[in-house]
Amino acid sequence: MSEWRFWLAMQRGTLLAMAIFIIMFTIYGANHPAGFSANVVQTAANKGVLLAFVAMAQSLVVITSGIDLSVGMIFTLTNCLASAIVVGSPLMAGLGVIAVLAVGALCGAINGLIVIFGRLQPIVATIATGAVYFGLALALRPTPGGSVEETLADAFTGRLFGFMPASLVALVAVVLVVWVPFSQSVTGRAAYAVGSSEPAAYMSGVPIRRAKFTAYTLSGLLSGIGGLFLTFFTYTGDAAYASGNAYTLFSIAAVVLGGVSLFGGSGSAIGAVFGALAFRTIGDLLFVFDFDPLWQPLFQGVVLMLAVSLGAFGLLRVKNRLEWFG
Amino acid sequence: MTDLAAPAKPSAWRRIDPAVATAFACIVALLFVGSLYSRNFLSPEYLLQQLKVASFLGVIASGMMLAILIGQIDLSLPWVVTVGAMMSCAMGHGFWGSALAVPVGVLCGVAFGCLNGFGVAYLRIPSMIVTLATNAVAQGLMVVYTGGFSPRDSASPVMRYLATADTVPGLPNAVLCWGVVALVTIVLLKRTTFGRTLYGVGNRERAVYLSGVDTRRVVLLVFAISGGASAFGGVLLAGYASKAAQSMGDAYLLPAIAAVVLGGASILGGRGTYLGTIAGVLLITLLQSILSVMQIPEYGRQIIYGLVIIAMLLLYGRERMAR
Repeated sequence: MSEWRFWLAMQRGTLLAMAIFIIMFTIYGANHPAGFSANVVQTAANKGVLLAFVAMAQSLVVITSGIDLSVGMIFTLTNCLASAIVVGSPLMAGLGVIAVLAVGALCGAINGLIVIFGRLQPIVATIATGAVYFGLALALRPTPGGSVEETLADAFTGRLFGFMPASLVALVAVVLVVWVPFSQSVTGRAAYAVGSSEPAAYMSGVPIRRAKFTAYTLSGLLSGIGGLFLTFFTYTGDAAYASGNAYTLFSIAAVVLGGVSLFGGSGSAIGAVFGALAFRTIGDLLFVFDFDPLWQPLFQGVVLMLAVSLGAFGLLRVKNRLEWFG
Repeated sequence: MTDLAAPAKPSAWRRIDPAVATAFACIVALLFVGSLYSRNFLSPEYLLQQLKVASFLGVIASGMMLAILIGQIDLSLPWVVTVGAMMSCAMGHGFWGSALAVPVGVLCGVAFGCLNGFGVAYLRIPSMIVTLATNAVAQGLMVVYTGGFSPRDSASPVMRYLATADTVPGLPNAVLCWGVVALVTIVLLKRTTFGRTLYGVGNRERAVYLSGVDTRRVVLLVFAISGGASAFGGVLLAGYASKAAQSMGDAYLLPAIAAVVLGGASILGGRGTYLGTIAGVLLITLLQSILSVMQIPEYGRQIIYGLVIIAMLLLYGRERMAR
């Protein structure tokens, strides 16, 4: 197989997610009552990037064949924290941003340590740490409130050069700064190796622990960035259990739509980003076709169901029935 | 791995699962801590009340336990609980409404469970994502059905009777319901070939398939049972609160998973007993109750709840080293 065909096979999930998103967004834009304008794109981008950050966070852990059910709670915690400390003079606000991101990364690192050294299953360990993070968020913000440095917030939610949504630029920047170096590094490749087969990775002397720890820490950091952006959009902090939970569940859906295998070892965070954007567009599509908003959750659910069922076509290619049981 | 082959019976002492024993020890420890705080903790009334509260979680966790036993997970629990509650309330109060309320609620749950099972068993989609999608569909249907408001139907007398009355004096019917569910599950797991296959599928589905069992049907059935159990829990909850509410099931997903895992079942499947799940359910209920009796604010409760679960899992839920 030539080089580019190999690359194409590897990126199939990501490219598919990208295609799905582009088709859906074109339909959305073409039918939007206000037309396909910079405003429409900006609103859609601001809605989409939050889930995109959380989905990226989820994808890093899923690639190592783990799962992080605390992403939504880290997102909520950092949102509450940002509403308390990203205020005051530019210097103070800047330090606040750094502190918020550090707390996000710390939460992720704790998850990683518990999973690696505690040898607990990621799914239950992160359920429990998620409860702790939500408790901390609730301690910070018993009732919704707080504020955020507004010029900073507006800079990240407005437009650059009059047409580029700043949030989208930030998303691309985060992908370039966090994901690209990670995926190109030895640690990143080790993460894929661990996800494919941990015993094999161990036998080959792959740095398993470093890979997992980095994946979980970066996952916390990305959720933290998401929480920070939520604060920029809403100007408040709110420790809402339902919203945190929804982000966790949507992040799993986005990751799967984005072509990242829940069994680990394949897919990319970029795919997860497109999965998240596509997932958000599903909800918006109903709006432009003027459906009753009551039908939105059902529509979203049915589309999700159909999208994941598409994976079943792979069964037609199975030559040996035993492969069903992977 | 588990006693599939049924070797010569080891002594009674050896047969005790250390995880289940630790879980029960933790229950005793919790009661002890509670009794230091207040004398009422050991009173029969309080314990019976806790048992009643635990029985809702117990019924719901039974289905989750079976799903986890075959190495899958059922994340559709929150809205299937709500579907069970809303549909049974919607049956109304006439003779037929009262008579059919409970079966209709449970059957709706079974229907959603079958959807899950079909996706997992026949389409081979990871259970985590199928059940998530089913949850979204169930939520969507209920939102459309109620028009986004809290439903106005109230629970029928039969449901209230099941959840709040006590036929046998001193023993609430809710506990009795859990007892029946528990008995059925235990018999299913210990005394039927179906139960044996569950352990097998959890350990290695391929091997069970090669032994001539249609494992796909087994998986489908497990998810159907899980949906039914969730919906039955919802019916009882609706009877207890005398009405159904949006998102009434949200508070049960994580406790149900935690209860099963604290009871010594492996989240990877193939290992676990129903006795452990009972211990896990009691443990979670007592923990929540003690934290609220001590009047710890909500945030403190969440933090302690999370820390205690991690601590207990570190005590006995660890996996072997990859070597």
